[in-house]
Amino acid sequence: MTELAITVVGQDRPGIIAEVSGVLADLGLNLTDSTMTLLRGHFAMTLICTGLARPEPVESVLAPLGLAVTVREVAEEIAGPPAGPGYLLTVYGADRLGIVAAVTRALADAGGNITDLTTRLAGELYLLVAEVDLPSTVDVPALTRELSVIAGSLGVEASLRPAEPEVL
Amino acid sequence: MRAPDPVLSRPAAGVDPGDPAVVQLAADLVATMRASPGCVGLAAPQIGVGAAVFVVDVSGHPKARTSHGCFVLCNARVVEATQWHKGREGCMSVPELTGDVQRAGRLVVAGAVPGSAEPVTIGTDAFEARALQHEIDHCAGLLFLDRVAGAHRVFARRVYL
Repeated sequence: MTELAITVVGQDRPGIIAEVSGVLADLGLNLTDSTMTLLRGHFAMTLICTGLARPEPVESVLAPLGLAVTVREVAEEIAGPPAGPGYLLTVYGADRLGIVAAVTRALADAGGNITDLTTRLAGELYLLVAEVDLPSTVDVPALTRELSVIAGSLGVEASLRPAEPEVL
Repeated sequence: MRAPDPVLSRPAAGVDPGDPAVVQLAADLVATMRASPGCVGLAAPQIGVGAAVFVVDVSGHPKARTSHGCFVLCNARVVEATQWHKGREGCMSVPELTGDVQRAGRLVVAGAVPGSAEPVTIGTDAFEARALQHEIDHCAGLLFLDRVAGAHRVFARRVYL
């Protein structure tokens, strides 16, 4: 059993997911986790699937769809060390170069791991929303202050708040 | 019971709150909830029984405002729901996922007490309101997944030390 990572990017139109997943099903590939969105109008999908197919034939079967497709074999997920509590980071302001780099550098230096990220440019407004796992050892108030200093230097707003689920 | 067990996606049957079997079920729910660390609510379908009975106990929870302590309700329904807020929920029956769900922050629920069969109306807010809506949903065969706020509002639940 192999695990394949597939990316599909291209001009959006109805039916892409049905076509891609149909091809994968025909090849006996079981779609596990996937995510798809429109990024500035471009169709963008990343998915993990498992099966017996090799990457090269999968890529060639997907090629006629007219999309930029990559298929790579990946090692199966290995359970990492327990993550710390979850936080949600929101950054927004006037668009300028380097916002994502500066903010995510601070998170990475603190040992934070981003598990979900969206950025959008809407007119003049730039927005970043990230789900971040922080190790329990992180001084969260200090990191929050550091993020506001960075945000201040970029002329944007940043907020970091807990995103812990309530288990019912 | 964990999803995708069908007992979790079928509407539970209404019960006779005076039935001794329902009283026993209520006791089982309380005991099972007590035995599960961090558990603040449990519905009968979650222990494999398709009956409209659940227990809730949010006392001492940091997000609770109003709390009616530990109580079991039969055949509960939402009478009034206002002040909707989005919040992230997890469920013991869906242990590996969480999701953002819109719930009423002010809630009136009507149901019956097991044993006495006395009808009760409970008005509450905040976390107890969320818990009640979650458990009433279980009795209707609904999981938080049925109410999740968007395609990118479902997350892997990360268990940490």
